[in-house]
Amino acid sequence: MSDDQSAAILSAPHALEYAYKRSVGPVLGRFFTELRDHKIVGSRTSDGRVLVPPMEYDPSTGSGVDEIVSVGPAGRVTSWCWVSDPLRNHPLDRPFAFALIRLDGADTAMLHAVDAGDPSKMSTGMRVVPRWCDDPKGSILDLACFEPEEGR
Amino acid sequence: MSEEKQPVKSIVTPSRLEYDFTPGIATTRFLRHMQEGRIVGQRCTKCAKVYIPARGSCPRCGVATEEEVEVGPNGTVTTFCVVRVPSENIDLTLPYTAAHILLDGADIPFFALIQECDAADVRMGMRVEAVWAPEAEWGPTFENIRYFRPIDEPDVPFEDFKEHL
Repeated sequence: MSDDQSAAILSAPHALEYAYKRSVGPVLGRFFTELRDHKIVGSRTSDGRVLVPPMEYDPSTGSGVDEIVSVGPAGRVTSWCWVSDPLRNHPLDRPFAFALIRLDGADTAMLHAVDAGDPSKMSTGMRVVPRWCDDPKGSILDLACFEPEEGR
Repeated sequence: MSEEKQPVKSIVTPSRLEYDFTPGIATTRFLRHMQEGRIVGQRCTKCAKVYIPARGSCPRCGVATEEEVEVGPNGTVTTFCVVRVPSENIDLTLPYTAAHILLDGADIPFFALIQECDAADVRMGMRVEAVWAPEAEWGPTFENIRYFRPIDEPDVPFEDFKEHL
């Protein structure tokens, strides 16, 4: 084999992709349906705690959860991590924070993105409000991200 | 009520992996031959078996393979599967047949599509030929061969290909 042939080894991009479709059931289905209308809901357990996102069963007792309650839409950051180099599948194409956010009226925190611009704008305990997607589809990304409440 | 106001019953969660795929020296040569409309395998210097697509070595003997051998374009169906379930990204009329085809001169079959033949008529030992895309569309890819179709030749007896299943 000549050198120029071996130098011309082929290469091509290849994407392996599966579009998993999962049914969401009555409780998460309600959560996504409400998100489409720019509302956030959780589920109330028998001891009065509010879980967001809602769960079908109370994780501490195993009993069914059927009361759906509205929460937020604002909340408080309980923990966060700055993402300097977002990946293709991340919710934002510029540096952002992944944060655990406890919405007003909720007893659990939910993971989502905070578009703060700079890590110096992030702090545990800070108040955040949702930014909604203009083209809702019934997905967690109908809630495009959260942003700092101050300075809006 | 419009469809978008129905309750959400399911979500789509894509899983995607992106690669830069390189086939290596031997398979690059195989694909370059495909671009010229030829199916070229490699013969093992030790056991004399002919592999396509060439991988540059014999998996049985562990020796490098360099001798190139043109095979096909006709071949024999060794085994097959009738597909009756639709898939995303596969735009074929159901049912269709995917088969292992042993090209004339090769010792290992490969996977290909059978067309121009009812699924019920496909059988082990059936003789087939490659149907190529128009030459202007040829590239360094196996997709130059659109599919295989039956040819008017007697079936090959099972004894003659049972070593190649």
